[in-house]
Parts: sequence; structure tokens; C-alpha cells
Amino acid sequence: MFLDILIIAIKIILGISWLLTLTLILTWVERKESAVVQDRIGANRASILGLRVFGLFQPIADAIKMMFKEDFVPPFSNRFLHTIAPFLSFFFAVITLAAIPFGDEITIGSKVIALQIVRMNVGLVFILAMFSLGIYGIIIGGWASNNKYTLLGGMRGTAQIISYEIALGLSLIGLIMIYPSLELNEIVKYQGSLLFGFIPKWGVILQPLGFFIFLIAGMAETKRVPFDLPEGESEIIGFYTEYSGMKFGLFMMTDFVEVILISALVTTLFFGGWQVPYLYPDGFHFPWGGNILLNKWIVTVLQVLSFNLKVAFFCWLLVLARWTFPRYRYDQLMNLGWKLLIPMSFVNIIGTGLILILV
Amino acid sequence: MIKSLVFLLEFLKGLWITAKHFWINIFFNFLKLIGFNIRDRGSVTIQYPEEKKEIARRHRSLHRILTREDGSPRCVACMLCMTVCPSECIYIEAEEDPNPEIQKRPSKFIIDLSRCCFCGFCVEACPEDALRMDTNIVELGEYNREKLIYDLNRLVRISK
Repeated sequence: MFLDILIIAIKIILGISWLLTLTLILTWVERKESAVVQDRIGANRASILGLRVFGLFQPIADAIKMMFKEDFVPPFSNRFLHTIAPFLSFFFAVITLAAIPFGDEITIGSKVIALQIVRMNVGLVFILAMFSLGIYGIIIGGWASNNKYTLLGGMRGTAQIISYEIALGLSLIGLIMIYPSLELNEIVKYQGSLLFGFIPKWGVILQPLGFFIFLIAGMAETKRVPFDLPEGESEIIGFYTEYSGMKFGLFMMTDFVEVILISALVTTLFFGGWQVPYLYPDGFHFPWGGNILLNKWIVTVLQVLSFNLKVAFFCWLLVLARWTFPRYRYDQLMNLGWKLLIPMSFVNIIGTGLILILV
Repeated sequence: MIKSLVFLLEFLKGLWITAKHFWINIFFNFLKLIGFNIRDRGSVTIQYPEEKKEIARRHRSLHRILTREDGSPRCVACMLCMTVCPSECIYIEAEEDPNPEIQKRPSKFIIDLSRCCFCGFCVEACPEDALRMDTNIVELGEYNREKLIYDLNRLVRISK
């Protein structure tokens, strides 16, 4: 009993430190990638004792700045709600990490440990629910600040979430029809089997349209530039106008955390999670003959590495998208959500159903 | 719906362009990192305090007053530069020069750089070729305004 609690606690600590470290690195990646895309160098001056390391200390400098700024609460705002909003926003983003599998089970002695914080059989639904709840942070933050612009930002956030959240859910229906379970580790395990004997059964191969819709809706979920209507830097300063210091920092971090989690989710659902093609618990078995047998620990390391690499790739892709596209206008976002993504996800569901019946 | 699909195609094109920039620049930056000497590829940034851009030959920088062979300033206090100056940053007080061929010389010659707009009219106006703006000194920032007021001695000293 005590051992179980200890294992869970260690898993939570490891998971959160993984997420927060990646968040810090992602702020650096955001600066550097935008710079390289625009033929610049990017932030490279932050140094410790003259050591610069490509500006990798920039996130630390940013964090110190955020923490030492004055934490100002506007006098006519609702103090309690104003304080709780960034925490809500951050909490509902981070909690979704619980259901994401980092690797297969490992066995130490007689204990079987899943490399996943909580193994729940409603994993997928849980993640969708928590993502939807995250919008409360924005709405409450916008309302409690008692400022017209923050309220506008919050309302825009609400309008945006009803435009794309339906598509986000519907794009996964096709997957749910194919996969045997809603539990994410089961989904990943299923993706290890082969199609026609040589193609890995990754979600992106079975559900290309679903992947496409999910990626766009996921980009909207992160509230970053092509879909940053709640923020809208250039017109209304957005739902966090009245926030300063680390409370603003939490809102900012939520965006980055959501980028990582959307990447992790796309990886898990569509790109085989921790699966490496043709890697089985005892080593590689290639369909064209030839086996490479490996120690189970090496297999586990390869799996975790594979998961991390895929997440890193999607983080890169999402940051690239953020620095490529201009912002959607309000009505264009509605059009995209209601007139393109939702009909396309219906087409996807019907097509998947037909194929499942016919085959 | 068809229109939105066309938009999506354009979006993919945009992603392709930025990705191309990204990987080409990463490639050249990597070459630079491992010691290849590639100048104009990878990034257009000039890292200012360490690297400086070469100043153009005709660039108008800090003023200087030229001297005669005996070391006295060439200025004859004709007031032309003071008259032409659009921002009225030059102030001259004349006095008699002991040499009858020169007759006048400045006792005070002050350029207030906090007002100067570096138009170069004073250089154009000078009949004695006493004033030039070719020192290539452009880092003129100071912490207080008094230091931006250049008097005759200082302007002559720059020239040496």
C-alpha cells in the first residue's frame, strides 16, 4: 500500500518536472525558432559567468523577472476570482498529463509499474473534459478583472471554444470506432500491430482526415497565434490585460503547456505514442525477415525516447505554425470551425463507418 | 467549404516556406558553429557591440574643426555655419586675430549635439573648409546633456 503511494508520488513528480522543464525549453525554442525562420539569431545574451550556451539561460532570466514583478490586483476587481483564474487555467492544462503514457510497463522485482501516472479506462474522455474546463480560467479571468477588454477577450475565448471543441471531439470519434479502448495505453498498444503485414497501424494511417482536423482544432486549443482571439494583442489586449507578475506568467505558461500536451496527445493518438516501428518487447522483428534481440531495459529506453522525439517534433511544428500564419478574424474562425471542420469530421465518421461495415 | 479548403492549401504552402527557411538557416548556422567561414548566410544579424557595420564613406558623423599648419583652427568666424544651421545648434563668438591676413578668429565655437540633426549644411556652408563631419564617430551617447555640448578645444582635439 505504502509502496503504491510512493510509486504514484514519484510518477507525479517526474511527470510534472518533465512537463515544466519542457515548458521552459519551449519558451527558448519559441524565441530561437521564430528568429531562425525570420533569418535572425534570436535571444543569445543571457549568460551565467559569461557562459551563453545559445541563450539557453533566457528562460531562467524570464522566470526571475516574472517572479520579482509587482503582483497588482486592480482595485475594482473581484479579488478572489482574479487570483484563482490563472491557477484554474494552469491546473486544467497540467492535469491532462495524468492520462498520457510515456512508455510500456516496466517490471521491477514483482512490481509492475505502468509508465503513466494514472491508468484510467476513460483516459481520452478525461483529457477532452479537462481541456474544455481550461476555458473557465480565461472566462473567469476576463470577468473578474472588471475591464471591458478582458471581458471581450473572455467572451471571444468562449465563442472560440464552442467553434472548435465540437470538431475536436468529433475528429476522435473515428478513432474510437477503430481502437478497442478509451484507455490511452491500450490505444498505443493497438497501434503496434501491423497493417498488411508491414505498415505500422498508426492512427495517422488509419485516420488521416481525423488527424488533420485534430491538429487544427488542437492548435485552436492552445490559443496561440492563428487562433489567438482571446488574446488578440493588436486590438484588445486580451483576457490577461489586468494581470502582472507570475499570475500573467501562469497564463503564459498555460499556452506552452498546452502546446506540449497537444503534441503529446497527437503523438499518442495518431503517431503510435511510445511505439517504435517493428519494436516488440524482446527486440526488433522486421517483416522482411531479420531480428535484433534487445534487453528489455533498452527497449523501454527506446520507447520513452521515441515518445519524446515525436512530442518534440510536434512542438516544433506547432511553433512553426505560430510563426507562419497571421491571426484569424473572428468570423473566419467561426466559418472554419462550423463550416469546414465539423462537416469534415462528419464525413470522416461516415467514411470510417462505411469502411468498417464493408471490410 | 471549397474556399476554406483552398485557404488550407495556401496555409500548407506558407508552412513549407517557413520550414524551408528554418532548415536552410539551421544548416548554415551549424556550418558556422563548426568553424566554416560563411558570412552572409544563415542570419542577417550584426551583433552590434562586438561586430560593427562598416560606415559609408560619405556618412555624416561627429564634427571636427581642421587646423592650419601652425595648429590654430582654420575658422575665421564668418558665421555662415551658424546662419545656415536649421536646428540652431552652433554658437560662435568672434574676436580679433593678431595676424592681419586672417583678421577674425572664434573665441567661442560651440556645437550643441543634443540639438544637432546631422544635416551637414554647416560643412557645405564653410568657405574655409574648417568644419568637416568625417570622423566616423557615431557612438555619441552620454549620460547628461552638458557632455553633449562640444566647445572649440574639444572639436579641434577630435581632429588630431
